[in-house]
Amino acid sequence: MNSPEPVLYEKRQKVHNKRIDGPFRRFKWLVMLVTLGIYYITPWLRWDRGPYAPDQAVLVDLANRRFYMFGIEIWPHEFYFVAGLLIMAGIGLFLVTSAVGRAWCGYACPQTVWTDLFQHIDRLVDGDRNARVRLDNAPWGPAKIARRLFKWAIYLVISLATGGAWILYFADAPTLFRDFFTLEAAPVAYATVGILTATTFVLGGFMREQVCIYMCPWPRIQTAMLDEKSLIVTYKDWRGEPRGSVKKAEKNPGMIGDCIDCMQCVQVCPTGYDIRNGPDIACITCGLCIDACDKVMADIGRPRGLIDYATQEDCEAEAAGHPPKPVWKTLLRPRTLIYTGIWAALGFGLLFALGARTHTDLTVAADRNPPFMLMGDGSVRNSYTLRLRNMESRPRDMRIAVEGLPGAVMWTDTVGREQAAGSHVVNVPADAIRTVRAYVAVPAGARPQDFTFTLTSLDEQRESDSVETGFSAPGEQP
Amino acid sequence: MGNKRIDEPTGTEFVGHEWDGIEELDTPMPRWWLWTFYLTIVWAIAYVIAYPAWPLVNKGTEGLLGWTSRGQLAQEISAADAARASFREQIAVTDIDKLPGQPDLMQQAVAGGAAAFKIHCAQCHGAGGGGLPGYPNLADDEWLWGGDLKSIEYTLVHGIRQHDDPQTRQSAMPAFAGVFEPAQLDALVDHVLSLSGKGPANAAGAEIYTANCVVCHGPAGEGDRAQGAPNLSNAIWLYGSSREEIARQIERPRLGVMPRWADKLDPATIRMLAAYVHSLGGGEETPAMAAATAGTPAATDGANEQP
Repeated sequence: MNSPEPVLYEKRQKVHNKRIDGPFRRFKWLVMLVTLGIYYITPWLRWDRGPYAPDQAVLVDLANRRFYMFGIEIWPHEFYFVAGLLIMAGIGLFLVTSAVGRAWCGYACPQTVWTDLFQHIDRLVDGDRNARVRLDNAPWGPAKIARRLFKWAIYLVISLATGGAWILYFADAPTLFRDFFTLEAAPVAYATVGILTATTFVLGGFMREQVCIYMCPWPRIQTAMLDEKSLIVTYKDWRGEPRGSVKKAEKNPGMIGDCIDCMQCVQVCPTGYDIRNGPDIACITCGLCIDACDKVMADIGRPRGLIDYATQEDCEAEAAGHPPKPVWKTLLRPRTLIYTGIWAALGFGLLFALGARTHTDLTVAADRNPPFMLMGDGSVRNSYTLRLRNMESRPRDMRIAVEGLPGAVMWTDTVGREQAAGSHVVNVPADAIRTVRAYVAVPAGARPQDFTFTLTSLDEQRESDSVETGFSAPGEQP
Repeated sequence: MGNKRIDEPTGTEFVGHEWDGIEELDTPMPRWWLWTFYLTIVWAIAYVIAYPAWPLVNKGTEGLLGWTSRGQLAQEISAADAARASFREQIAVTDIDKLPGQPDLMQQAVAGGAAAFKIHCAQCHGAGGGGLPGYPNLADDEWLWGGDLKSIEYTLVHGIRQHDDPQTRQSAMPAFAGVFEPAQLDALVDHVLSLSGKGPANAAGAEIYTANCVVCHGPAGEGDRAQGAPNLSNAIWLYGSSREEIARQIERPRLGVMPRWADKLDPATIRMLAAYVHSLGGGEETPAMAAATAGTPAATDGANEQP
C-alpha cells in the first residue's frame, strides 16, 4: 500500500500534570475547599421547624413530596420555584461565561473539583510528574500492582464518600447515616450510592479531562457564547514567538521571543493542552499555566503575563502597542449587564412570589352524578368534595362558609344534618390536605345559581381563599 | 481473490459494484454491532421457548414458564386483596355502629363500598345512588326502612321481599283495583296530593283515606318505617307524583324487590356498602349512636389525608 493509513481514532495521551504553586492554584484550593465543604456539611445543618416538620435545613423529601430549604418549604404544586432556581442557575452560568469566560469549568464544576482531587491523590501516592510517568511506563510487577491497588482503594473511598453524601440530602442525615452502616437503609439508598460511587470512580479516577473534551455539552455551548470581549487564558504569541532559549536570545538580540519553550505550561495543565496553540475546547481556563509561566518568567528575569487572562480584543490591541483595557470595562458591558438584569429580575420575581403565597388553599369539586338531590321537605341538596390545604407546620382551625346562596345550610361528613349551618369550623392537620364532604341544601324552590365557598384560617394570619362554584337544581338559571 | 483492488485515499477494498463510476467500498459492520445482533437472535429463540409465542389452531404455544397475562392479573389482584386484608378483617369484626368512631376504618369502608357499589348496586340505583323510577334514591333523606347504618346493613343482608328469608323486609300494599268507584278514586288521589301540599283538601277523599290507608301510612301520610310504608307527605315519590301514577299505585301497586346480599357478598363487603350508602348524604344517626357521639364531637373529627 502506498497511501498512509488514515487515522480516525487518536489514542488518549495520559495526563501527568506537574505540581505548581501560585495565585491561581491557591484560588483553586480555596474553591475546592468551599465547594466540597458546602457539599459535605449542608445535610448536617439543622433548622427548627416545630414538632410537625423535619429539622434538616436542606431536605428533598421525596416520600412526602416536600422540599425544604432553610425557611422555605415547597409543595409539589409550587415546583415552579425549583424550576425558577434552575433557570437562574442557567442564566447565572451565562452571566459568568460572558464576564469571566469558562470560570465554571476551571474552578467550580464538580468534574473539575473531583478530577483535581484525584490528581492530588496520584501525586501523594506516586509522586510528582516524572515519577508518575516512570511508573506508568514501567512493566507490571508486584510493586506496581500493589501501588495501583492502594491508589484505587483511595479513589474508591473518595467515590464512596461522594455518593454517600448525596443521599443525605433526601432523608434525615443522622438517621440515614446510621442506618446505612447498620444495613437498615432503603435499597434505593444503596443503589444510589452504588451508582454514584461508580460514576465518581470512573469519571474522576480515569476519564477526567476526556469528560470535558468529549462528553460535556457545556464547552460546546460556551464556544458559542464566548466572543472577542470574553476573558480567556491567552498566550501572547506576538511576545513569545519565535521561541528560543535564553542563550539563543542573547546571541540574536531582538530576533527571539520571550517563550523559551520550557513546556511548563503544558506539564501543569490538568487537561494536557498546549495553550500556545490558541483557544481550544480542551482549555478549561483554570489558570495553572499562568502560574507556571509567571514563575519561569520571574526566574529568567522577564516580565510576567506571557500567558495571561485576557480578551482577544485586548491581545490584538496590546500586540499593536496599545495599553490594555481596564478589567472593569471587560466586566461591565451591555451583555453582562443584561444577563445580570434578567438574573436579578428572576430572583426578585421568585422572592416576591415566595413572600406573596398563602399557606391556605381550597379546591372544590361538585358531585356530577347525581348533580342535585331532592330532599323530603322539597329542598334541593348538592354535594361537594372540598380539599382544605394547610401549608403551615402546625394544625390549624379553619372556617368553611357558603356565601351568596340565600337560605343555604351546609353539613359535612363529620357534622350531621342536625347541626347544619352556613359555616363550620374544621381542624386541618399540620402540613396536610384534609378532604371534607360538604352537603349544601337550599329550601324548596331553589334555582340553579353560582355561589362561593370561602375558607378562612382562624389564627392571627387570617389567611383566606375562596372558590366560586355552581349550585345545581331543577330548571333554568335565572 | 487475486484481483483485489484498494481505494487509494482510504486504503479500503472495493466490493466490485459500480454505478456511474461510483464504487462501493467494503466497510464491514463493526464487530460489536454484529454480536449485539446475534445476541438478539439468541434472545428471540429463548423468548419463544419460554413465553407464549406461536398462534396455533385452537390456542397458542404456552411457553415453558407458563406465563399468561390472565395469571399475572390474578396474581396482582390477589396481591391487592392481601394488602387490603387487614382492613377487611377489621371491618368484618367491627360492629357497624362503631365504625364512625374509627375514622380511618370508616374512610376505608366508604372507599371499599364505593367500589362494590359500582359492581353490585349501580345497575338499579344509579352510579351515584340517585335512583330511578321504582328504584329508591339512596342519596336523599327519605328511607322506606330506615337510614341509619344498622338499618341499611339489615336491608342489604336480608333484602326486600325475599320469600325464602323469614327476616326479609316485607310489606305489601293491597291492590284496590275494583274497590273504588272512579269518583272515589279521584277524591282519594286529591287527598293524597293534598297531604304534601300539592292540591286542595278533599273531604270525601279524606274519609276514604281514613278508612283504608291510615293504618299503614298514618293520619297525616307520614308513613311507617316499621312496616316499610312510604311517607306520602313529602316531596319524594318512588313511582311518580302525577294523578295517573298515584291512581295506578293505589289500584295495581308495584312492589319492588332487592336481592338478599348475604347470599352473594361477604359480611365485610356488605358493611362497606352500608357505610358508603350512608355517606351519600342522606345517612341518619341511630338514636343510640347520637347519644354516644354527642358528648365527644372530636371523635368523628379526624378523617384526613396526607397528599
